[in-house]
Amino acid sequence: MSFETLSQFNWSVMTPEFIILGVAALLTIMDLFMPKGQDRRILGWIGIAAIAAAMVSVASLAGGAVVSILDDTFRLDSFAIAFKLLLLGGAGLVMFLAVSYEAKDGMEEYRGEFYYLFLTALLGAMFMASSGDLITLFIGLELLSVSSYILAGIRKHNLKSNESAMKYVINGGISTAITLFGMSYVYGLTGSTNLLAIAQSLSGLTDGQHVYLLGLSFLMIFVGLAFKLAAAPFHMWAPDVYQGAPTPVTAFLSVVSKTAGFVIVIRILLTVFGAATTKGPGSMPILLDMQDYIAFIAGATMIIGNVVALKQSNIKRMFAYSSIAHAGYILVALTSLSSNMFYSIWFYLLAYLFMNLGAFAVIQIVTEKNGSAKIADFAGLYRRSPGLAVVMGILLISLAGFPGTAGFIGKLNIFIGAFAGTPHYVLASIMIATTVVSYFYYFGVMTQIFFRPAANEDRFKIPASILVVLIVAVVGSVLFGVMPNIALDFMNNNLDILADFFS
Amino acid sequence: MNLHAILSILVFSPLLGIAVLALMPKDQEKSIKLVGFLATLPALLISLAAYAHYLAGKHLSDFSVSVEWIHFRGMNVEAPYFAVNYELALSGFQLLLVVLTAVVATLASIAARYVKKEWKGFFMLFLLLEVGMLGVFTAENLILFFIFFEVTLIPTFFLIGKWGYFEREKAAYSFLIYNGLGSAVLLIVIMILFAKTGTTNINILKDILADPSAPVSGDLKLGLLIALLVAFGVKLPIFPLHSWMLRVHVQAPVPTVMIHSGILLKIGAYGLIRFGMGLFPEQFDTLSTLIAVLGVINLLYGAFLAFIQTDFKMVLAYSSISHMGIVLIGLAAMNEAGVQGAIFQVISHGLISALLFFIVGVLYERTDTSLIGNLGGMAKGMPVAAGFLLAGAMASLGLPGMSGFVSEFMAFLGLFKEMPWLAAVGTIGIIMTAAYLLRAVLGMTFGKSHREFTGVVDLKGVEFVPVVVLMLLIVLIGVYPSVLSSPLQATLETIMPGLGG
Repeated sequence: MSFETLSQFNWSVMTPEFIILGVAALLTIMDLFMPKGQDRRILGWIGIAAIAAAMVSVASLAGGAVVSILDDTFRLDSFAIAFKLLLLGGAGLVMFLAVSYEAKDGMEEYRGEFYYLFLTALLGAMFMASSGDLITLFIGLELLSVSSYILAGIRKHNLKSNESAMKYVINGGISTAITLFGMSYVYGLTGSTNLLAIAQSLSGLTDGQHVYLLGLSFLMIFVGLAFKLAAAPFHMWAPDVYQGAPTPVTAFLSVVSKTAGFVIVIRILLTVFGAATTKGPGSMPILLDMQDYIAFIAGATMIIGNVVALKQSNIKRMFAYSSIAHAGYILVALTSLSSNMFYSIWFYLLAYLFMNLGAFAVIQIVTEKNGSAKIADFAGLYRRSPGLAVVMGILLISLAGFPGTAGFIGKLNIFIGAFAGTPHYVLASIMIATTVVSYFYYFGVMTQIFFRPAANEDRFKIPASILVVLIVAVVGSVLFGVMPNIALDFMNNNLDILADFFS
Repeated sequence: MNLHAILSILVFSPLLGIAVLALMPKDQEKSIKLVGFLATLPALLISLAAYAHYLAGKHLSDFSVSVEWIHFRGMNVEAPYFAVNYELALSGFQLLLVVLTAVVATLASIAARYVKKEWKGFFMLFLLLEVGMLGVFTAENLILFFIFFEVTLIPTFFLIGKWGYFEREKAAYSFLIYNGLGSAVLLIVIMILFAKTGTTNINILKDILADPSAPVSGDLKLGLLIALLVAFGVKLPIFPLHSWMLRVHVQAPVPTVMIHSGILLKIGAYGLIRFGMGLFPEQFDTLSTLIAVLGVINLLYGAFLAFIQTDFKMVLAYSSISHMGIVLIGLAAMNEAGVQGAIFQVISHGLISALLFFIVGVLYERTDTSLIGNLGGMAKGMPVAAGFLLAGAMASLGLPGMSGFVSEFMAFLGLFKEMPWLAAVGTIGIIMTAAYLLRAVLGMTFGKSHREFTGVVDLKGVEFVPVVVLMLLIVLIGVYPSVLSSPLQATLETIMPGLGG
């Protein structure tokens, strides 16, 4: 590729990625030249500024036509913009948590890395959102994963943190390998890695043998990516990793990494398997044929996530299972494949971002103060810090999906999709029933906070950066619960995902 | 004058109280209780004004309000949006329930004088609960109804779990889980209707469902009605979904239990009448025998078990189950007398149970017990309280001249016309009601006394307000039932044609 071709590309569509990439590089160098004893929080603040700038630039790109550059490997469509906003928003809030995270257990020396690894992980996720090619998708996935592995183990002298990183590497590595193997079938059958080219060459598929092979490849890709989503029965790593990783990293994994997981699942499944036919042009696509498998995983994920969460005594493990359960709810939207699927998944992830990150902010404050992460440590929080208790109460109510919060509207969206068209009564019923099960553990935390006496009356000092997260989380959860149209209209007016996803 | 904003003000007026309370220091017990009480007054005054508006012969539709709210993305080009509007309105039936809610809430806020700790949190939750209840009865679409319905759930959970008696947390959890399941089933019904028809407005839905070409088949309708029966059956409660309610009635603090048995249980009846009967009249007719049987079971089961209880709170709890059986009996009759009787019973029982639970609360406050045996001979120590207790029990067992009589009479009149045999079995319940109430109340007022009542103060001061107000209303309905029946007329006329009766 000559310089002329390169310079003809419309590079401006990559501005957000360039900002993150540039700042990540800048932070690496700054970290290298900063005196050893100097406070590295400043790097975190620069990272936050970079994320904010990238968000502005993504927002300014909204509403335009689809642009694809670099031989169609990088595409900027509405889908990419919508989900990049989520990824950036989530990562921004996580950075606020990270800035006030107290370094210990051998993490002191790696404070700088702590910040720029978040940025590289974010960069990987953003590339996944924007990629039109299996190769770039995979590279984005790896960039995200490898950065996350290091982050999980960054508390070097902490046994749990080491365990967490180790488990994550092994499980993540295996799942990536499975995904890649599945992708290889697709490449083998079509001779291309470009998603749209693959879709085109598969849209007339008639050969039963090929359909069979593609079915296998579908299962392998989906299973591999199900690891990333922490969907049952491939969720085993999540509780251990979540428990051992530093709290901001756990928050990152449960929100940003999960969002990225859904991004890649939607990209691959919809473009490749949504187009691949089973019996020649116009027949049922493989994706629809395989719907039952997705439904099964969704159901199992909701049941296992919610039921096992009941028994947890560690708050981070409980939230690990809770996040598994939420992945299950979103998979219901994916299963129903209705025309509002993008919107319901996007809105649910938005709601989930606010409520989960807010909850992790509270968890970080409480666990750092007590030095342990038992649910019982929340006892008497209402007496010790009424404001914090009420905030956590609102976020838990939103997670449980009560009206007046974004979590409720998110669930309504999913239900509309599940009941319209061919109704999925069983799956929707499982979703509602397990939601009721989730009341047990969310309200169990509330019982501790509001009903139990406190072990001591120490007050909490809430750092300014965490305060920002708490305010954003509560305002977001309530605002999008009462006036969801702010977000829904934005989607409808600016981002016509359905129209340009497949073009 | 523009009346469209009135209902929103009515529903959300308690929020003003919450805002004021939030700014108050938390240890000023007296002024917090005063503010809590005052905050319930705007809703009461507005609801009475609405009633006066009706009495003046004007239309209740003056109050209707509808504002665009949420647009979910629709499924296809023909229906690009699934709109959920913010819609409130009043019909005669809803008006009565709103007045009942406002009255009981104000009186319960007086009963909140017995709250011992954390008054600020208590009143904030209490007022939030009032918002939820008022909203439930004025909501004009199913989603809004559901939202308010759930808004009642969380404050009630905390009110029971934090301020209740000994086994409060267990009671709060069983409340949450049973009602959570009930509302989960309700949500399924609502979302199926929403996804199939694209609207949740109750009146529009009624027209769509009455149209045979609607995208909802007869079987689906029957399934939805059964689901509604389960959902509201938890709330009402219908045997065998009642066990949570016993715990709540025994463990909840006085003001909460007044609200709970007075209003919250009535949401179940309201839902069955407005949505079950209103949206699916044909299917309701198919199930009417089943509903009548369930009603008779409730009536007899509650009555027989009430007869053997030793704790007066448990007597009242079972008595509530028994009386809700009468609501079902009236509904199952599917004729004007029956439905009117059911609605009368809803309101009458709201007043009576609020009165009785308040008196029990007073007794518990003075003597630390609600066991019938321990309270024997209270007529000597607390003659006034004993008198009101007896009067309340008379109303409850259906003495002519009080509200209980009118409602039971009409409900049974309705059922005797349609299913005389079942009704005949049901009358055993009426006799049992007299038996268990007299046993319990006489055992307390004139029974053998096991303790001295010296030093136990009779009803005094502000405690007279709830007792006298409730008693007056009960007698008023008893001797002049048209305070209820005339607003109901229009509602019945809209329900009845659908029933073909």
